[in-house]
Amino acid sequence: MTDQAVAPEVGRRRLRKEDARLITGQTNWTDNIQVAGLLHLAVLRSPMAHARITRVDVSPALERPGVIAAFSGADLAEGLGSLPCAWPVTEDIVLPEHPPIAVDEVRYAGDPVAVVVARDRYAAADALEAIEVDYDPLPPVLDLETALAPDAPLVHAGKGTNRCYTWPLSTGESFEAVRDRAEVILKRRYHQQRLIPNAMEPRAVVVTPLAASGEYTVYSATQIPHILRIMLAGVTGIPEHKLRVIAPDVGGGFGSKLQVYGEEALALTVARRLGRPVKWTESRSEGALATHHGRGMIQDVEIAATREGRLLGLKVDLLADMGAYLMLVTPGIPILGAFMYPAIYKMDAYEFHCTGVFTTRTPTDAYRGAGRPEATFAIERIMDELAGELGLDPVELRRRNWIRHEEFPYTTIAGLTYDSGDYEAATDKALALFGYDDLRAEQRERAKRGDPVRLGIGVSTYTEMCGLAPSRVLRDLRYSAGGWEAASIRMLPTGKVEVVTGTSPHGQGHETCWSQIAADVLGVPFEDVEVVHGDTRAAPQGMDTYGSRSLAVGGEAVHRAARTVVEKARKVAAHLLEASEQDLEFSGGVFSVKGSPEARKTIQEIAFETFTNHDLPDGVEPTINAEHVVDPENFSYPHGTHLCAVEVDTETGHTRIRSYVCVDDVGRAVNPMIVEGQVHGGLAQGIAQALYEEAVYDDDGNLVTGTLADYLVPSAADLPDFVTDRTETPAASNALGAKGVGEAGTIASTPAVVNAVVDALRPLGVHDVRMPCTPERVWRAVKEASA
Amino acid sequence: MTRISVNVDGTTYEDDVEPRLLLAHYLRDRLGLTGTPIGCDTSNCGTCTVDLDGVTVKSCSVLAVQADGCAVTTVQGLARDGEWTALQRAFHEQHGLQCGYCTPGMIMAARDLLRENPHPGPDEVRQALEGNLCRCTGYQNIVRAVLAASGQHDTSGHQVGEEVPA
Repeated sequence: MTDQAVAPEVGRRRLRKEDARLITGQTNWTDNIQVAGLLHLAVLRSPMAHARITRVDVSPALERPGVIAAFSGADLAEGLGSLPCAWPVTEDIVLPEHPPIAVDEVRYAGDPVAVVVARDRYAAADALEAIEVDYDPLPPVLDLETALAPDAPLVHAGKGTNRCYTWPLSTGESFEAVRDRAEVILKRRYHQQRLIPNAMEPRAVVVTPLAASGEYTVYSATQIPHILRIMLAGVTGIPEHKLRVIAPDVGGGFGSKLQVYGEEALALTVARRLGRPVKWTESRSEGALATHHGRGMIQDVEIAATREGRLLGLKVDLLADMGAYLMLVTPGIPILGAFMYPAIYKMDAYEFHCTGVFTTRTPTDAYRGAGRPEATFAIERIMDELAGELGLDPVELRRRNWIRHEEFPYTTIAGLTYDSGDYEAATDKALALFGYDDLRAEQRERAKRGDPVRLGIGVSTYTEMCGLAPSRVLRDLRYSAGGWEAASIRMLPTGKVEVVTGTSPHGQGHETCWSQIAADVLGVPFEDVEVVHGDTRAAPQGMDTYGSRSLAVGGEAVHRAARTVVEKARKVAAHLLEASEQDLEFSGGVFSVKGSPEARKTIQEIAFETFTNHDLPDGVEPTINAEHVVDPENFSYPHGTHLCAVEVDTETGHTRIRSYVCVDDVGRAVNPMIVEGQVHGGLAQGIAQALYEEAVYDDDGNLVTGTLADYLVPSAADLPDFVTDRTETPAASNALGAKGVGEAGTIASTPAVVNAVVDALRPLGVHDVRMPCTPERVWRAVKEASA
Repeated sequence: MTRISVNVDGTTYEDDVEPRLLLAHYLRDRLGLTGTPIGCDTSNCGTCTVDLDGVTVKSCSVLAVQADGCAVTTVQGLARDGEWTALQRAFHEQHGLQCGYCTPGMIMAARDLLRENPHPGPDEVRQALEGNLCRCTGYQNIVRAVLAASGQHDTSGHQVGEEVPA
């Protein structure tokens, strides 16, 4: 073991460690797992949005070849508890029971009613057809407003209402007061259509029982192995220490795998009953029905301002579609957004009021950005409308209202303290890259000559809150757990390093970034670090990965654990080098004695000598391993400016993105290559909401966009090249200065694109186009404006 | 049951299969080959793309019996003696993957494109990959990877990075 001079890793465009297995197909997806005696589980789902179950007969399925067992909901009900909701946002929230499989009543098309277990997946799927179920139809509940009427049919009859909760927030002056002195008041209604997350890897779960010890290993395509383990213990009654949850390679999540799903509980229950390993893998169309959806809100937004364009107040009235049941964090998603509507703007009054509404549709929950994209959309859209009303350039209107660089840290009207940022710098950089003035000139020229293809320019100056979350804040918001994150570092005797993280990646490159962080602090080669994650036995503590929290909280835990390793190694080094700790210098992984540089030990040598040493002095532990649990002091607040130019054909309604420029400030970038990649992916998802994607239901409550043939996930041919750049104001909440990036592109891009579409059509009298801005919707908007 | 003989990535397998068994499930469940993931049930996503006797197919829309007597190449058969192909290297170097679930299909589809058109333009790459969906990368780095593998730079003004011999 020789010491090596190691260039700083953090900030470097490191190619990913993860890639080798993914590029060669040597992967460990949950559905790859094959064990002796494996049985395949298939789920029969309700074909109706809402019905009473009057009879289920699974016995004909048992006669089908290869079938081992079949169960109705009633068969499985004993010992199977309700699926959890961990975020009861108000004291009086309506919290209906959520059985993993329906017993008496189905409440959305796709609700599980029976399961079959067979020797292979074909036999299991076949046998589902033999199960007999009689339904007594009940009226579907689909419209958020009529669902609240006194005579509306009820999703949960026993609860007496479809209102799940109401959650108000009112800060600053009263909105009524500022409305009285406002010179301009605008009211708009925005629809956040339901989205189907469509991670490329469908959900899958494999449960292997160890009958002798009563232990179960649950492999799941999940973002949250640690939370899942605790929750599955609660749902099934299997003690937590008998459950090991492993999230192997996970093929994307975007929030849809931040969940405790019925199928996970069902696979575990069936494996327990039969004493055999069980696998369930969803098909894409099954996933469209049964994997939670995102968004699903109606936003009534009112803004009050002066003629000069100074914001006075903002009022938001929100109806949020919970779907049929409350899943893990369903009610909390709109509440996360509640704090983000004022965004980066100063104002005197802010009022927010959210009503959660039950409907007979697939439950909603976290989807990339989770509450923040919806909030950002509403404020950035209405800011553009206000600019139009005042005859101001939309960038200029924003400049007049945002928090100045020198004002940080700044506590917003919503009560968040933004630690750092520079909105001017990011915006100026973006405008220059975009060629804003030239594009505006072209836009005027095209309008003047009556070109049927109009140019539209959309801006979005967003911020978001990442680093979820300070535990004290979560307590105030009635979230049922803390927001800490854990990491430990194991210095192996040979000098190799295992970084154990409680975060659980699904494409974000944690193995690479966490290696970079540890390599820098420890002064060891990047290649000597291995990152252990996603296994509750190997990485026993964690709060997992969602909400752009991994780096700002989990990375910080790694950083602190590594620093503790160095301090512990310093004690051993002092003993080995016969020097006092104060006389030791540590640089590039080497401890040396001040003034006599030949007296030196690498930290990797110290790991070995700690292992072999027999005579460490009293008080010096014979280990240099370390563990840290970090509870963040504050969120982190990435921000940026996104600019989109579109060409809208007023004759066909077709929109083409001509250019897209964004400058994001995500604090310190540990790996700029990964940051850029995540921005690209986020943009694709945000643009998809603006232009392409929508979960559409018919009047009976059937999902009519249930396959990738009907639901338009954009392909390479649908999206442009993006120009991305960064500014960097370090986060104050962690030593790395990292803010988070996974959701930024999605949050910022949707309003930038829709603003561009509307900007193109505003001279024709169009003031809004509902998402997704399909050719038909755009065409109709143009026709209606000119009628 | 029907007897089939299929050469997959250089190894010949003889198996009795149900006539309705999809090639994708044959590769995965019978042969235990992990490099051909399945992403949808409508042949829209392209993750299960493989080469069947020189033709690029979505293995979820081909029956295993149709592969009888054929040679199948999956992403697992591309590297030779541990040496990645230019496309595999380019996907790595251009950060053309994140979760990696779509990557085998992307690489197989891109391989097909470069066979037909060794020097495609960016738009041709985008059109050629239309049948392969990715949810993580926004496609830009995938396009760059294909261009880099063909020895070209892209036209976006971005540096493609080190060129990789095709």
